[in-house]
Amino acid sequence: MEYIVIIIGAVFVNNIVLAQFLGICPYLGVSAKVSTSVGMSGAVMFVMTLATIVTFLIYNYILIPFDITYLQTISYILVVASLVQMVEIILKKVSPALYQALGIFLPLIVTNCAILGVTILAVREDYGFHLLEAVVFAIGNALGFALTIVLFAGIREHLDLMDVPKGMRGAPAALVVAGILALAFMGFANLV
Amino acid sequence: MGQLQNFSKGFIRENPVFVLLLGLCPALGVTTSAFNGLGMGLATTFVLVSSNIVVSLIKNYIPSKVRIPSFIVVIASFVTIVDLVMEAYMPALFDSLGLFIPLIVVNCLVMGRAEAFASKNNTFSAIVDGLGMGLGFAFALTLLGGLREILGAGEFFGLSLFAGDGMLVFVLAPGAFIGLGYLVALNNIVKKKLD
Repeated sequence: MEYIVIIIGAVFVNNIVLAQFLGICPYLGVSAKVSTSVGMSGAVMFVMTLATIVTFLIYNYILIPFDITYLQTISYILVVASLVQMVEIILKKVSPALYQALGIFLPLIVTNCAILGVTILAVREDYGFHLLEAVVFAIGNALGFALTIVLFAGIREHLDLMDVPKGMRGAPAALVVAGILALAFMGFANLV
Repeated sequence: MGQLQNFSKGFIRENPVFVLLLGLCPALGVTTSAFNGLGMGLATTFVLVSSNIVVSLIKNYIPSKVRIPSFIVVIASFVTIVDLVMEAYMPALFDSLGLFIPLIVVNCLVMGRAEAFASKNNTFSAIVDGLGMGLGFAFALTLLGGLREILGAGEFFGLSLFAGDGMLVFVLAPGAFIGLGYLVALNNIVKKKLD
């Protein structure tokens, strides 16, 4: 039950993109087509879950015992960057098909603040997660990212066919659409 | 390109937020008020200028294969400095910016300038570029923060402008997206007029 609450909270109530403003760059950048947004979501889920496990262990078993938590930012970004590189190399060898599907999105993920944001949030004291909860939290956030970016891509595909006023074409119209989506997601507030 | 042009390009023509659409996460996340926007903008400017200086100084000593990780370490160090200094001296601002301070590390703007400009130019140009881009970023965030604060709470920098409640939606998440959307459109028009 606890895990379900964490997932619902992460997907709907505190949606990572529309309520917490993390991962906006890929949200606007790779949401032109539904198919690419699905690929990006897959890569995000993969890396986010792995990164949360690794950084959670590093934080609790290295940074806290040695009292060097001020190194959190530096160590986390290095972990995320090297993890992405490693995943890319392993995937290329082990599963070329998956590599083909996720390939181009992996390097982009290093600068995806959703990943770093979730890994930092997962060790926040006020949540007090243990490892399994942190993993569920990461999966929930990745699902939330996937849901919103696929929804958004679907809308944008239609938006391309619309007669948008000249000044609003492209990014401005997309941002306003995202705002309306965020408005819809506010309806989920206080759900959990 | 003259230094003045190098400095001023960040405000309208190549504004990081309105034109390049970089660093949108903090631009949307912290701009509930003009003050928060300005604070975030100046913090990012500090990181941007400092990392531009260091990157332009060490650019000849770093093998190109490991340059990206090296830049990340440089940037992350300055972000940690900002994080600790702000927690010590500006706890209120620190609380309202929250998660977005460590996330300056993954602000594509900082990395982008290090890679695209500082690693190819001399230190002085890199400082000017960092200042211009950083202040352009601060300008955009202050503008968006001001817009949301005026419409949402009827205040500007905490000063009450009119009585009664504003449109709450502008302080909440949807207002950030919609406000930025219209500011980008406005900037497009201004840019076209300038050309």
